[in-house]
Amino acid sequence: MSVGDTTLSDPEAIARWGVEPSGVKPRRFSPARFGVYAFLVISAAFFLIPLYLMVVTSLKEMPEIRLGNLFGLPQKLTFQPWIDAWLNACTGRDCKGLSPGFLNSVKITVPSVVISIVIASINGYALSFWRYKGANLFFMLLVFGAFVPYQVVIYPLIIAARTAGLFSTLAGIIIVHTIFGMPILTLLFRNFYAALPIELFKAGRVDGAGFWRIFIYIMLPMSVPITVVAVILQVTGIWNDFLFGIIFSGRPNWPMTVQLNNIVQTTTGTRLYNVNMAATILTAAVPLAIYFISGRWFVRGIAAGAVKG
Amino acid sequence: MASVSVRNLGVAFGSLKVLAGLNLEVEKGEFIVLLGPSGCGKSTLLNAIAGLLDVNAGQVWIDGKNVTWAEPKDRGIGMVFQSYALYPRMTAEGNLSFGLRMARVPREEIAQRVARAADLLQIQPLLKRRPVELSGGQRQRVAIGRALVRDVDVFLFDEPLSNLDAKLRTELRVELKKLHMRLGSTMIYVTHDQIEALTLADRVAVMHSGVIQQLASPKEIYQRPINRFVAGFVGSPAMNFVTGRLEIAGGTAASLECNDGVRIGLDGYEFAGAPESGRPAVLGIRPEQIHLTKMFGDSIPVPLTVSLIEPMGADSLLWGTIGGESVSIRTGPDETHTIGEKVNAYFQPARASLFDAASGARL
Repeated sequence: MSVGDTTLSDPEAIARWGVEPSGVKPRRFSPARFGVYAFLVISAAFFLIPLYLMVVTSLKEMPEIRLGNLFGLPQKLTFQPWIDAWLNACTGRDCKGLSPGFLNSVKITVPSVVISIVIASINGYALSFWRYKGANLFFMLLVFGAFVPYQVVIYPLIIAARTAGLFSTLAGIIIVHTIFGMPILTLLFRNFYAALPIELFKAGRVDGAGFWRIFIYIMLPMSVPITVVAVILQVTGIWNDFLFGIIFSGRPNWPMTVQLNNIVQTTTGTRLYNVNMAATILTAAVPLAIYFISGRWFVRGIAAGAVKG
Repeated sequence: MASVSVRNLGVAFGSLKVLAGLNLEVEKGEFIVLLGPSGCGKSTLLNAIAGLLDVNAGQVWIDGKNVTWAEPKDRGIGMVFQSYALYPRMTAEGNLSFGLRMARVPREEIAQRVARAADLLQIQPLLKRRPVELSGGQRQRVAIGRALVRDVDVFLFDEPLSNLDAKLRTELRVELKKLHMRLGSTMIYVTHDQIEALTLADRVAVMHSGVIQQLASPKEIYQRPINRFVAGFVGSPAMNFVTGRLEIAGGTAASLECNDGVRIGLDGYEFAGAPESGRPAVLGIRPEQIHLTKMFGDSIPVPLTVSLIEPMGADSLLWGTIGGESVSIRTGPDETHTIGEKVNAYFQPARASLFDAASGARL
């Protein structure tokens, strides 16, 4: 087999052996491909046009908006609506803008995300490696919990929170978010750990590590991808939450979403479309940023956990 | 005193009984191989000895102590797994020292023991690497090292070489044997590879459906298999089996009458008990025990037609038919035969095996 040797050095040999690709060249462009791209462009536009409108409107002054040229670029660029949305927009008599809501959302989201992920990862670890008595039943109930409609649980939960003195408190809303994140997060972590070789766990036991030390030293360092997935799920879910926030957190702790709603709904005077648009974009900024920064990790983690998103 | 003693062990997963009433005594310093097909319970037995699963009945004793309910770390064992099971986020050194750190061994002693194990396995240059940066063979060395640093008397191996390619497997097999000779520790080794079993073991326990079929030296297992399962499982190419009816004439002169009427003489075969005439039986002869020339005085000739020749390098495998059954014969590489050739095959009944057709037990 000297084909390889001769062809590399000798141009005549190349011709002789016919190493050049032969046959019909695949066509770069075909009607089917055109159809696919057309569909993609239209879909992208469908989702991007509202965003475009929001951005453009938020940068215009009110008189210009009243002219009604919705799609036009701002003739006089202004960032005042953004500043107003953040600092001065009114909800009823309160005119502090969105910033207190942002702070509240952070205060709700960060502890809820951390606590729910810590508990769920321990749950998933125990469920996949320790197989205690009744583990399967527990897991079944938990998964079932993922399918319970929120509305069914809200009223009993209000009573329970009130009895415990947690209604309308920061702790109350954090606990509610932790509980509601538990089924899906536990499922996520359990499936991730179940896919790891059981021999790792056995090796840890032979090496003398117990429940916690196997978890902390062996399993946790391997859990980065699935933890990223869990963080994204929880941050976006809790940040975007409106229902639980308005019910359980209490007026001083209302999250950004609730305050956004109030700003947009406030009907005294003219509707400040530019401020509303700016406020909406500001509220959506955090989940958007999370997606943009960690989208790559998200896909990787989902694949690693073999969980269908 | 036995180093590891398994007494009347029973293990069940739900309603599935994997092991029942199993007994095994392993001497100090002995290399025992548990050999059997997948699902025979060999890994279950090893895990039960390691304390990695709950037993339903019986006891496990290690070094004269009843450890049936002891934690794995308290049993004085080291274990090596098929998938290496190295902690992926730790360096090789971290993997080796993990057990010692868990046991709060002083830092200097950890360093000493790790260095000694690394020296023994020649993995010093790899110590700072993570498992992903190691090849399969290197990973398994680190895994063996992890068992080694624990300074234990009993090593448990769960198919440690099965994930390696053929060449590495042979290399590491030799090293394991050397390691055993050097350390003199008790080793219990699970495999489905009969070559590993025969080469490594002081004694082999052949397992099938949760029962130890035969526990004996590799030689005994190979030459005098106790039943048809052991005979068929051990040996490659596999033992030839010819079925027929046992004919006893005048006390000891016996022969096997095959289904197609061919009669094979069995003069010289040592029966385990008093043979019974007319009994359906299976004659087992290994491919290398059949010759095409009469090499021994007590050889018995059987006519045969060559139907296929498989050259295998060091030797060739000839296929023909005896008593209606396909039979292989191992011949030298320089013997020339042609397909369709009629030859006489010779074998020594004394070196063959005879099994009861119904029970499979050795006759």
